Amino acid sequence: MIYWDLFIGFLKVGMSAFGGAYAAIPLIRDVVLSYGWIEDEMLTYMIAVSESTPGPIMVNLATYVGSSQGGFWGAVLATTAVTLPAFVIVLLIMVALKHMLKNRGVQAVLQGLKPCVIGIIFATGLHMILRNCVGSLAAASADLTMILITLGLGAVYFGSRKVLKKGISPIGLIGISAVVGILVYGVK
Amino acid sequence: MSLLLELFLTFAKIGLFTFGGGYAMISLIDYTCVEEKKWITHDEMMDVTVIAESTPGPIAINCATFVGYRQKGLIGAAVSTFGMVLPSFCIIFVISQFLDHFLEIAWVAHAFLGIKAAVGILILDAALKMMKKMKKKPLSLAILGCSVLAMLLINIFALKVSSITLLLAAGVVSLALFFVREKAGKAGAGA
Repeated sequence: MIYWDLFIGFLKVGMSAFGGAYAAIPLIRDVVLSYGWIEDEMLTYMIAVSESTPGPIMVNLATYVGSSQGGFWGAVLATTAVTLPAFVIVLLIMVALKHMLKNRGVQAVLQGLKPCVIGIIFATGLHMILRNCVGSLAAASADLTMILITLGLGAVYFGSRKVLKKGISPIGLIGISAVVGILVYGVK
Repeated sequence: MSLLLELFLTFAKIGLFTFGGGYAMISLIDYTCVEEKKWITHDEMMDVTVIAESTPGPIAINCATFVGYRQKGLIGAAVSTFGMVLPSFCIIFVISQFLDHFLEIAWVAHAFLGIKAAVGILILDAALKMMKKMKKKPLSLAILGCSVLAMLLINIFALKVSSITLLLAAGVVSLALFFVREKAGKAGAGA
């Protein structure tokens, strides 16, 4: 049943997303693709929308996927499921487990999780860029326009940090990329 | 104004006005809850941040739960968390009703082709920033390298392996090595 799947799927995401929003993206992708709920492309668009609207990105993605699969109640269930583990865990820590986080065994596990999370996020970003530029393994073909856009945006984004104090913000980059897309693909 | 209503409204405001996810929120929560309302102290705010970083789930939810519980127990925690989620829930729910139709407009579709390129860069950048802050011990670097490779292979060949499996493996390896070292340390001290 879709409501049950949504709840369990996002409960898993909420329980495993160590390291904030970007750590949740690969997990949400896992769940969404394995159930065949929405396509990879649509999920990418939604990440940009979540980044450009207020609120925690993980919660925004859960609301969107829930709503697209199960309407209003689907959205409510998915959002509840993604927030529930964080809520319960903080309560548990405050009430009973304050010292557990200082336990050296627990620390050792966390020390192992951190680099793994970073690796997963890195690979997800890299794969996304590769897929945009040269397609998937089943349908490989180099997309020159996309390669140039990606290189240009990357140069502007990382280059801006050398010129400006804080560089361009993520929302700024999304805005620029939208304008570039309209210009390049509109003229083509 | 009752405290519960104040908690709800305060976190709804934070939920409505912070773009860019967790870390952007921490600074606003710090400003509002520590300096303005004095609901928690600076030290407690540090505690929350550590808890948020070492537990799963959205960081903003961890903070709202913590502050709410401090002020008004379980109900306070529930009300604060609800307030935090409500604004973005409403916004995204409305967007989800229109996004498909919206994408049928030619220039919007073009804009999202450009945005597709940006999202990849943003995700890569998030990972790079975390790498910079990571303590570069041999074990961490090995786990990092292995998980990049494994996750790339999983993605490229569309393997049916969840990234949760990778996380579990990393946790187990790290814990096992910790016990081995502990044991070696004890044996060394005994001899």
